[in-house]
Order: sequence, then structure tokens, then C-alpha cells
Amino acid sequence: MKTASPVRPLAVLAKGMLFFLLVNFFLAVVPHDGLGRISLYNRVFPGRERLPFGENPAASYNLSLFNLDAMLASHVIAGPPGSGEEFRVILIGDSSVWGTLLQPEETLAGRLNAIGLAVCGQPARVYNLGYPTISLTKDLLVLDAALAHEPDLVIWLVTLEAFPADKQLSSPIVANNAARLDDLAARLDLDFDSADPALVRPDLWDRTLIGQRRSLADLFRLQMYGAMWAATGIDQIYPSDYPAPQIDFDPDVSFHGMQPPDLAESALAFDTLEAGLRLAGETPVLLINEPMLVSSGENSDLRYNFFYPRWAYDAYRQIMSARAERNGWAYLDLWDLILDPAYYTNSAIHLTPDGEAILANHLAEVIRQQGCP
Amino acid sequence: MTLIHILVFVGIAAFLGLVTSDRWRVPFLLAVSALAVYVLQPTLPIRFLDFWLPTATLTLAILGWVVTSPPGQRSWRENGPAAAILGGTVLALGLTRYLGLSLPLTASRPPQLVSVLALLASLSGALLLLGRTSRSGKGLLVAASFFVLALFVVLKVPALAAWASAGLRSLTRQSTELASALDLRWLGFSYIAFRLLHTFRDRQSGRLPAVSLGEYVVYVVFFPALTAGPIDRIERFISDLRRPLALTTDDRAESGKRLLVGLFKKFAVADTLALIALNNVNALQVRSAGWTWILLYAYAFQIFYDFSGYTDIAIGIAGLLGIRLPENFKAPYMRPNLTQFWNNWHMTLTQWFRAYFFNPVTRALRTGQHPLPIPVIILFTQLMTMVLIGLWHGVTWNFVLWGIWHGLGLFVHNRWSDRTKVRFAALRPGWQRCLNVGGTLLTFHYVALGWVFFALSDPGASWQVFLKLVGVS
Repeated sequence: MKTASPVRPLAVLAKGMLFFLLVNFFLAVVPHDGLGRISLYNRVFPGRERLPFGENPAASYNLSLFNLDAMLASHVIAGPPGSGEEFRVILIGDSSVWGTLLQPEETLAGRLNAIGLAVCGQPARVYNLGYPTISLTKDLLVLDAALAHEPDLVIWLVTLEAFPADKQLSSPIVANNAARLDDLAARLDLDFDSADPALVRPDLWDRTLIGQRRSLADLFRLQMYGAMWAATGIDQIYPSDYPAPQIDFDPDVSFHGMQPPDLAESALAFDTLEAGLRLAGETPVLLINEPMLVSSGENSDLRYNFFYPRWAYDAYRQIMSARAERNGWAYLDLWDLILDPAYYTNSAIHLTPDGEAILANHLAEVIRQQGCP
Repeated sequence: MTLIHILVFVGIAAFLGLVTSDRWRVPFLLAVSALAVYVLQPTLPIRFLDFWLPTATLTLAILGWVVTSPPGQRSWRENGPAAAILGGTVLALGLTRYLGLSLPLTASRPPQLVSVLALLASLSGALLLLGRTSRSGKGLLVAASFFVLALFVVLKVPALAAWASAGLRSLTRQSTELASALDLRWLGFSYIAFRLLHTFRDRQSGRLPAVSLGEYVVYVVFFPALTAGPIDRIERFISDLRRPLALTTDDRAESGKRLLVGLFKKFAVADTLALIALNNVNALQVRSAGWTWILLYAYAFQIFYDFSGYTDIAIGIAGLLGIRLPENFKAPYMRPNLTQFWNNWHMTLTQWFRAYFFNPVTRALRTGQHPLPIPVIILFTQLMTMVLIGLWHGVTWNFVLWGIWHGLGLFVHNRWSDRTKVRFAALRPGWQRCLNVGGTLLTFHYVALGWVFFALSDPGASWQVFLKLVGVS
């Protein structure tokens, strides 16, 4: 009769260590960027109505991560069209598009979908691809990823705060997607400082299993929170109380180091905006200068709101209009569409549900008038 | 216990298991366990309380030994070194205040040395006096039991704990308005109290073996089992402690395997399930009956993997030291009825209650002058036992309801089993298998529904969840 060979713990330990090292080495040298595309969303769990973002995952059932593939894969846009063919509209922009403090159905996308638009005989479906950091480069990355889902119309909501050069790489999602940015820059002939220290460039160690433990855990947690998203429909924290937007200001008229009267176009990322328009190619892009709060408090003769001194914003609007006219952009300047402060929540660009409804009704007409693809 | 704590403890246990001679085993374990009491204590908002509570743990353990050991066994020569180790540990930790760097040995900066010395001196004096004068009689044991139970009640009743917190805050001149029951998170006290009560009771009944101070304190605060049990019996523990340490490679491999299984259960499975397990917040947010069931299942498995994972870790670390801690879980969710579930869930706690409450009370009720009918005795003892087990977790209405839920379940199963066991025994094996599968599913769901009371903090929220589970709310 054969007897079982005795266990040799040191041999088991050595083999285990070797296997672990091999897995680490394999992950470090073999590209595995597609991992984020594997998702339980749109299969086991319903897709999210907006991109994952959250600073308190345990309460919001949502978290911030840097893997754009995983973010898009968790979004409802990656799922099958709701009822066969649809006219796909994507919204990109900052937190005002994403919908800080708003339920998914209260956001601009939610309000537009509630209207029940039809374009070219097809039901229009509006997808919220806003993300709560302000940077045109961040929008460009999201647009690049979103184009894989074949939108029929891109609505890009912008505001001056997204333009300054010093804001472009400071968004964590941009800083942690340096390789994608390199690729975009090469494809679109976009000029940026690839050696900027803000950009995170993973070395061999960062690509090992140990080095990637945080991002892998985030991927896993994103999937797990899919269950809570499905169970509760909650994807952010809704505080019962929050501070109103600031309306009194110091007499500070500087804007990102610039002083009146010159808003240097070279210090603004118009090249990124134009790169985005080139990136969209045949897909029509509607640029919107988003509505904002116009304050009436102390020093409001100098500043419109927390973000902007009047001179800078006025100059920006003139530059945008001139460029749009010169280049034939589809551009709507809706900066003063909603002036009543009651339509803003906690920031000069965050609208209430009713404010979003006003904006949606305005945009609905524009969408209806779109030509058929 | 965090992963870092566990890894450090594993390293210490493996080292001690390899190099310690039998002579030095108890002193080393005593020093490490005493240190662990401080290391594992969470930070508390009341000034220096996270130093004084571990000190109180060690004091209680010494007090427990004084009241349970016969006067003839309290010789300084035999027990002095253990007392010196304990005193030295407290003093050394107190001195870390002056090192000028933050060591992860105490939750926050220890109090001033004068305070530590004054406390050590007064405690030593009181314990020496008690040791010299006490005869370890029944009265003293009863008084000690009541003292431990009173502490237990104060800590477990939220209102009393908040009141005690306010008292301590006023002593330290901190705001009493911020007093909360959470201020008194005393690491491992639930387990320590039950180990002490076990030794008090066994001393009264003459079953307690003679143990030295070092052995007794190691039993009470044995570091692998400090935070989550199991609650070992002292005579079994001491027999392992006194047995010559001769670990084989297979023993170490087995302990290592157990440890890895425990780590996986706790940190991979339980912590993942915790993301979606039922709690006070998501219970109100969940939108459908189906998802409510999923959150409840997640909670049922999370609590099992969390608790049994910690038990595996404790058994694994103890195994590296040559101590075989008792099992606490044996596939409880695979049991075909509630009685068997409770024979396999948190086994050491249920055995404790069986030995010190259920059996004596049942015996007393059966042999009294006016014995009650058997079903009434069973209903009463099972309800009371389960309610007490519930209260062990915390004195809240939901733990009482949880205890009633299980007490009634056990009573119904007892009556059902009494009536049907002869009939079912005659069934063909195929039918018996079917009955077992059905019984297992039924038992699991009964237990899972009971977790609603356990997971939530008040009966109103629990009722809402029950309504959601049946699709009414």
C-alpha cells in the first residue's frame, strides 16, 4: 500500500514564493490593460447611469478609480440599447453634468431622457458621461473612450475653469492615465509636457501584482458595489444640508495668475478643445458654454461668482464666440440661461433638479433639430 | 486584529515555538500576552483610558487567580517572577511615554510615570493584602463573580456605559456632554469575563486544577484568543501548556494551513461580503424583496466567515505555540436542524452557557419540590439561555429578540423531534436524505432571518426589513 508522502512546509513555502514571483513578473511584463473591460455591470448588475466617482464608497456605493475602461464598462452606455435602435447622445463635462447632489434622473441626462426625445424617427437616449473634475484634457480622455460606443451626437458642456493650462493635468484621472494621454497626443498632434511631474508613469514595480494592488482592489470593489447600486439605486451621498454658493467675495480680480485686461489665449487649452473636435470626426459635437450663477453680493461688480472675475469671463466668451464662428463650431453660449440663484445648489455651476429641467428643455429643441446621421 | 497584528503575532508564535524551552514557555507567553492586551486595545477618547483598561484586564486576571487559588499555592517564590513580568510590562509600557517616539505598543501616549507607579503600588498592595488574608471561600468567589458580572452589565448596557463614560470624563476634566457608550470599548472583555467566571465557578465546585499565577493569566489573556475567542476551559488549556513542547513539521504545517484558511476567510471572503451585507443604512435603502434577501444572505455568510476566520487564525497561531484551542465552528449552516446548528456555531460560548446555566437550571427545575412539566421546563430554559446569549453580545432589545427567536426555534424543534424521530428513523435512506436537505435549507433560512435582529440596531428597522423580505414594504 502506498503511503502519503509527508508535507514539507519549506518546500511548499518555496514553491508558493516562486509562483507568486512568477505571477508578479508576468503581470509586470505582459500588457493587461483590457482587464477593466471585464465587468459584471450590464450583465449581472444594471449599468450605472453615470461614471463611477465617490469619496466615501461605504456610503455612496461608488468609488473613484483611474481605469477608464472599467469606468466605461460599468456605465449603462456599455450595455445593449434599451429598445433596439436608438439615437445616442452623450454628454461630457464636469460635475455639473455628472450631477453632484442630484439623483440620476434629476441630472441633465435624466431630464433629457424624461422628455422622450425622438430624432430621425429613433428614440433619443442621452448618456451622462460627465465626471466631477474640471479639465478639458479629462473631457478629451472620456470622449476618446466614449467614442467606442458610437454616439450619434456629442454634447460637450464647458466652462472657463476647464481651460487654464495649469488645470489640464491636475485631474487625478488625467494624471493616472499618462499612457492614454501620450497616445491621444500622438494621434491628435496635441502638444503637452509629457515630462510633467503631475503625470504618474508606472515603473516595473508599479506594474507588478503588489504595485497594482490598489487599482486591482478598486476594480474588484467597483464590481461589488454593483450589487448595492442594483439594490438601492444610490451612487452618491445626498446630504440633507449643504452650504449655498458663495456670493460675497474679496476684491480679487486675478484669474489663474492672469490680471486684467488680457486673458492670454495661449494660457488656455483651446488646442485640447480643438483636438476633441477632431477626435469626434464625423460625429457632430455641440459645444455648450454652461450656465452659471451670477452673484449679487459684495464685490459682485468685480466677480461673477467664486470661479470668475468679470473681465476674464467676458473675454473668454468673446474668444469662444469668435473661434466658434471662425471654425464653424456648433456652439451655444448659455451662460446666462439661469440667473436665479434659487436654481443652484452648492456651487456656481451646480444646478438644482428644476434648474436642470430648464436647461434640458432648452437643449431638447436643439437636439430635435439635429440632422439625421 | 489587523493584518499587521496577525502577521506580527504569527512571527512571534513561530519564533517562540521554535526556540523556547519548556521552562521559559510560560514567562514568554505571559510577557507577549500582557503586551498584546495593550497593543490590541483601540484608541479611546477618554484621556489615558486606553492604557488603564488593559491594565485593568491584567489586574482582573491577577485578582481572578488570587480568589481561585488555595492560600498554600500563593507562594511568592513560585509566583513572584510572573508578578514581576506583569508589573515590569506595565512599567515598561508606561516608560515609553518618555522615549520621544511613537511606538505601536499602546493606543495613545501612556500616562505619566508617577500615575503608573502609584497605581502599580496601590494595586500590588491591595492584591498582596487580599492574597494574605483571603481564604478563597465561597463568599469571595460569589463577590468576585458579581463584580465581573456588574462590570459586564455596565459595559453592555448602552445607558450605563454612557453614564460610566460621563463619570470618567468628569474625572479627567473632559466634556461630559460627549460621553458615549463607545468610549468604553474594552478589548476582549466579553471573553475575559467568561473565562474568569468559568474559573470562579469551577473553583466553587472543586473542579479547578491548581495553577500558578503565570499559567492563570496566560489562560485569561492568551494573545491569539484575546479578541474573538474561543473560550477554552482552563484544565484543557493548562494541560497543553504544561505538556513538553515538541512540535513536529506536520504540526507546524497544519497550523500554517489553518492560519492561511483563516486569513482568506476573514480578509478575502468576509471583508468582501461586508461591502454588501445588511446593515442599518442599506436596510432602509434597498428597493426590492429579492435584493433584501441577497443582502441578508451576504450578512449571514459575512458573519460566519468573519468569526470562523478569526477562530481559524487563533487556532493556527496557538498551534505554533503547541496549544490546541478548541473548535468554535463546524459547518453550522450545513446542519439539518436548529439544535445541531447551535451545537456547531460559536461552540465554546454555547458550551459555557450549557455548563453554567442551562444544565444547572434544568436540573433545579426537574428536581424541585414541585417539578414543572417537561415542555414548560424546556421552553423556559431554552428561552432564557438564548436570551442570555443574546445579551452577551449587547444589552439591546434586538439582541433580546434574537435570543427569543432562537429559543422558540429550539423549543419547537425539540417538540417536533420528540414526536417524529421514531417515525422518521423508519424511513428509507433516500427519504431521510431529502428530509436532511429540506431541514438544512429550513434551518439556514431560520437562522438567516434571525440575523435581521442581530444586524440591525432596533426592532422598528428589523420589522421594516421583514416586510421588505416578503415584498410588503
